[in-house]
Parts: sequence; structure tokens; C-alpha cells
Amino acid sequence: MTAGTLDRVSEALAPTAISAAIAHGILVLTLAPEAMAPVVGRLQSEFGFDLFLDVTAIDWMPQAPRFEVVWHFYSTEHHVRVRLKARVDESEPVVDSLRPLYGSAGIMERECHEMYGIVFRGNDDLRPMLLYEGFVGHPLRKDYPKDREQPLVPYIK
Amino acid sequence: MTPVETRLPNPVRPAFTAGERDDTVIVSIGPSHPCTHGTVQIIAELDGERVLRTDIHCGYLHRGFEKECESHTWHNLIPYVDRLNYVSALINDFTYCDAVETLMGIEITPRCRYLRTLLSEYSRLVDHLTCVAAGLMELGAMTAFLYLVMVRDFMYEHLAALTGARVTYSYGRIGGLARDLPDGWLVRLEEILKQYEEFIGRVHGLVDRNRIFIDRMRDVGTISTKDAISYGYTGVILRATGAARDLRRDTPYLAYAELDFDVPVGIKGDNYDRYFVRMREMDESVYMMRQLMEMLPAGPINVDDRRCVLPEKELVYTEIESLINHFKVIMDGPRPPAGEAYAAHESPNGELGFYVVSDGSGVPWKVHCRAPSYVHMGGAHKMLDGYQLADIVPTFGSINMIGGECDR
Amino acid sequence: MTMQKNAPLATIPIHAAGEKSSAFEYLTTKKDELLGWARKFSIFPYPFVTACCAMEFMAVSSSPYDTDRFGAALPRFSPRQADLLMVVGTISHKQATVLKTVYDQMCEPKWVMAFGACATSGGFYQNYAAVAGVDRIVPVDIYIPGCPPRPEMVIDGIMQLQDLIARSHHPIVNKDF
Repeated sequence: MTAGTLDRVSEALAPTAISAAIAHGILVLTLAPEAMAPVVGRLQSEFGFDLFLDVTAIDWMPQAPRFEVVWHFYSTEHHVRVRLKARVDESEPVVDSLRPLYGSAGIMERECHEMYGIVFRGNDDLRPMLLYEGFVGHPLRKDYPKDREQPLVPYIK
Repeated sequence: MTPVETRLPNPVRPAFTAGERDDTVIVSIGPSHPCTHGTVQIIAELDGERVLRTDIHCGYLHRGFEKECESHTWHNLIPYVDRLNYVSALINDFTYCDAVETLMGIEITPRCRYLRTLLSEYSRLVDHLTCVAAGLMELGAMTAFLYLVMVRDFMYEHLAALTGARVTYSYGRIGGLARDLPDGWLVRLEEILKQYEEFIGRVHGLVDRNRIFIDRMRDVGTISTKDAISYGYTGVILRATGAARDLRRDTPYLAYAELDFDVPVGIKGDNYDRYFVRMREMDESVYMMRQLMEMLPAGPINVDDRRCVLPEKELVYTEIESLINHFKVIMDGPRPPAGEAYAAHESPNGELGFYVVSDGSGVPWKVHCRAPSYVHMGGAHKMLDGYQLADIVPTFGSINMIGGECDR
Repeated sequence: MTMQKNAPLATIPIHAAGEKSSAFEYLTTKKDELLGWARKFSIFPYPFVTACCAMEFMAVSSSPYDTDRFGAALPRFSPRQADLLMVVGTISHKQATVLKTVYDQMCEPKWVMAFGACATSGGFYQNYAAVAGVDRIVPVDIYIPGCPPRPEMVIDGIMQLQDLIARSHHPIVNKDF
């Protein structure tokens, strides 16, 4: 049942994807960034992937394109997961926002933006959530040194 | 009066600084507030006592977990992982170890599987006890808080006998567990479960049909199933709306496929339902633990896989191969093959997932924690807007936002 | 075990400029002892709770450990009414402004307790997000190590803080008396 659903989804979406494979029980689709939004729309409406789990990014410095944005979806009906991946370059780290489709995209895209600098086109509220106003840089990028602190309160010792 | 130039900068940018109407007030609740669990700031626009809209700011406990993950070996991360959802720390350990074991292709031993299930349910008990106790305390039911925290304290001491620590255990290991159960541990467990039942009975008696409790919790903080799924809610909040979604039942992992348990659901998705679903889930956890105590097989705790499990101390002191193996595993870390894996367990808050990316070395390339509390903050305004200011307190308590997990 | 830092009040000289009679000094000493005794047994903590140490804070406030035996049970969530700022858990840079504001709003006499390894030194979070020890922002009187500390250690810390309060100077009229 599980494998059947993933095979069905894989067959239907593989033509639009760069690659499609099932790894450790999850269907992994690698796409071009422009193809992402229509595929997610189909996942939600046709295949019942109603729960948007997570969006994050991987910094593959020094490879190019540098960033790989990763989305995870879950179907509460079929109990299967799908992972979508899209590579974007450092010069234009822009992907489409999923806010029109899923309510949870708002908060998760804020975190991905402040940590990696990925811009989500269509999400107008990309304020820092975990970091603070005045923090310069994107800390999870590989070129941000781990212990570069940016204190807001002057130190007394 | 502090001069304006020496005032400290505001660390957040609120979504709104002025109300839409003239007669509303903007207040900032938190981040240091007795009733916001952990540390969260809710900027609310109030019309008298009614909340018109809220803007939630978390991140006050952001400790750079994911950045730390990129500079420690896979094993050294286990203490960091513990401190994410610190009320049910063992579940974080096991989920993370599950993700790395998936990546390495390791299958844990049967005894380890059952023990991890038993301890996951034990952690679920501790988490729900803390959430219900804190929620009741904020409504004024101090007696119920003291009863539940006393039972929780017995559990902490009991887990300290097993793992060495009360709150954050670092007990899971990639490929198994740190050590086996000491003698008499299961006997004491049964005693604690009996004491738990007695105290829970008292709390039910004090609170369930209490007029004040019902008035404060019924029809407050309601969310529909459709909104809940759209905003990414899983766990107790989704089940309280009526949708029977539970990873232990839907995608069984560890030993859950062999256990007999119910998945309690609510009817309206309000605070009362979330409280009651937690109480019923605790009873189901106790039932599962009793089954697991019967089913626990004998055998080794750790898989015999030298890539990640340390060899026996006698061998390390006598054989050169074991010594080198031990040295390499500690200094370089276990080396999963290059690739990625996502493993999710049903934590007390919902789906807790770890997405691990390896480049083949002993230090991860990336570890990402899919924290249910963080996602739940995105939709919390659905449960807060439109209700009274005083309703923010029980609603926020029933969401069970754990700061370590939310802010990572 | 727990460590302590000299209280800022200890720098007030015993002999002010000019001569004081020994009767006056006797009165000052006795007044300090009386106020020290009164203040040490009625500590109003402000639990500035952030992280995992909160679990041990809840445990130490309830049975069987119970801070009420020491008079330090009633938390006061207004800085104007509290005298012990218990920094429980990691302080991030985002939180630091809030902590400093709360500390500044407290009235004298006030003491600060760094509860846990993260508040003492940053714990094992040595990165861009966490302040490496709360004493970089506010002066700390007592440090309680542990991750999280056992309730007995917290009680030991409270008792050592009580000793510190008992033997410090408590000026009530001016800096001499």
C-alpha cells in the first residue's frame, strides 16, 4: 500500500523531475526550482499530501549551485512521505513560496531565510524569527564562523 | 529615567505597532512571563480584554543547535539532541539515533527495540505530566501541580538510576543504548506506575468535572481539523480536533506494531479536549509499558557493528585492533556513507523528525530537526485571536511549546 | 560544588571618614546582623526561566525538595517586587536585552543567581547565539553548575547565598548606617 502509493506518485511526477528515486522509504524528487510550485500543487490536490512537514536548505559550498532547498511532505491518508529538492545558486537564491498552499509555510520559510538567505518569492513576511533585529549574516552558511557573536548588550567583563 | 540613547535595542520587529482602531491597546506578553512556558513573546492587540490579533515571536532560546552539529562528531551530538525537547529527552535521543542508523543501514537488536519503545513511552509520560501540571498550575490548581510533579520526581529519580541523570540523559547510542537495565529497575517501574495511577485518579477527581475548569477550558482555543492540518499540526493538537493521526499507529516504528493500544481523539479541538487527550494518552502509555515489560527479550543491547559501537573494554585493553577501533570511533566519529535520511517519531508534541546529511566523514554535513513546537507557533494565532486575554494562558499551555525544540 | 563571588556591598568601609564611636559601630553590626537574618529568610526570587533547567527549578520548588523551607518559595514575577534574579537556563543574545532590562528594573538590595552551566559559562553552546555566561551582562553573586543541577545542589546554592546575605552590609539610612 505504501510502496504502491509512492510508485504511483513517482511515475506521475518523474517526467517533470530531474531525478526520482525511493530511498529509505521516502520518495525523493530532484527538480528545477521553477518546476517546484506546480509539482507541490499536484502533490497536494491529486495525491493527498496534505501535511507540509518541513523546508530547509543545505549549503554545499564550495560546489555550485551552492544551495539545495529541501521540502518534506506527508500524506495523512496514505502514510507516506515525499522529499523535494531543488538546487539554487548563490547569486540568485530564490524559490517560490508555498504560503498560498499551506499555512505552515509562513513560519518555516522565515527560518530558512534567516539561516541561509534563501528568498521565498511570494512570502512577504520574511522577518527573522530565531535571530534578532540587527543580526548581520546568515549563520548556517558554511562561511559564517561558528563563534562570531553579535552582542546586543555591552559586556561588563 | 534612562536617556533614550542608552536604552537597549529592541530585538524583534513586530508585525504591527499600532492598532487598526483608536481604542485598542498593543501589549507585549513575555518573553519573561510566568505563564508563557519557556520564553516566547506574544504581541497582542487588545480591545478591552478581547484579543484581536497576535504576533508571536519565539527565538529567545535559539542556541545554535544546527551550527553546533556541523562541528562535532555524530556521537558527540547526542547531548545536544537531548536538550531540544528537554521534557521528553529520551525520544529525541532515539529519533536522532534512528536517523543515523537508517543512514548507516543498521538494524538494532530486539532487546534494544523493546527498551527504546518502553523508554519512549516513559518519556511521553513525563512530558504529558509536566504539560498538564504546568497548565493546571496556571489556572490556579496548585494541588494538582504538586501531585503530578511529585510523580514526575519519582520518575526522574528512577531514570537517574538507569542513565545517571534526571532531566537530560544522553542515553541513546548509535547502534543501541548506553547500558542495560540495572537489577530491580522493572520492579521499581511497576511501583511507580501504581503510584502514578493513584495520583492521576486524584487529579481527575479534582479537575475533570470542575465547573471552573470546564468554563475556562471548554470552547476556548478551538481549531478545526482542516486548519490544523494546513498549519502543520501533528500530535495531541491534531488528535484533539478529531483526526486519529498517530505515527505509532500509521507508520509503526520500533516495537509499536506489536502493541495493543488506542489512539484517543477529542471532539472539538479546544483546550479541554487537549487536556483530556493528554490524560488518556498517559493511561495508554502505562498500558503499553506494562505490555512491554512482559515482552522484553533477553539479548545484547548494542548491534555488533564496529563502525559505531565501541568494543568491550577488555578487548580494548588487550587487542590492538580494538584499541584502534575505539580510538577511531571516538576521535573521528562513526562514518555513515554519504547521503541523507529523514526519521520521524511520534513525540508528545507531534512529529519530531531529524533530517541528517552526511558527506561520508565522522562529522555531519547537516543535521536539521523538524521541531513540532516551532511549526505549531505558526498557527497559534488561530487559537488565540478572538478569545480573552486570560484565555491566552491555558491555550498557550495546552499547545505545549517547548523552547529548546522550538528555537533549537 | 557551588562557588560564590564577593557581594558588591562588601566594599563599604567599616570606618567612615571621621571617627565613629564604638557604640555606633556596635549598632551598625547588630543592625546588619538583624537585616541579614531577615533578608536571607525572605528571598523573593524572580525566576527568569528559559531552558531545561526549568525542569529542575520546578522540581526544587515542589516536594520533596521544597524551597519554601528556606523562605525562598514565592516567586515574584515583577522585577519591582523581587530581590533574587534566578537566571535559569541559557541566555541567547536575543534574550540578553530582556535580561538586562529586568535586572535594571529591580530595586536594591538585589542578588543574581546563575542557575545551571549555560547561565554560568554558556555551557556547551559556544557559538554565535548564546551568551557565554550571564556574568558578562549582569554581576552574579552565586553560580550553580550542573546541566541541569540536581535539586540538592540548588539548595546548597541557596544556603550559600543566605550565608552571603547574612554577612554582608545592609545600609538602610545612608552608606554608613
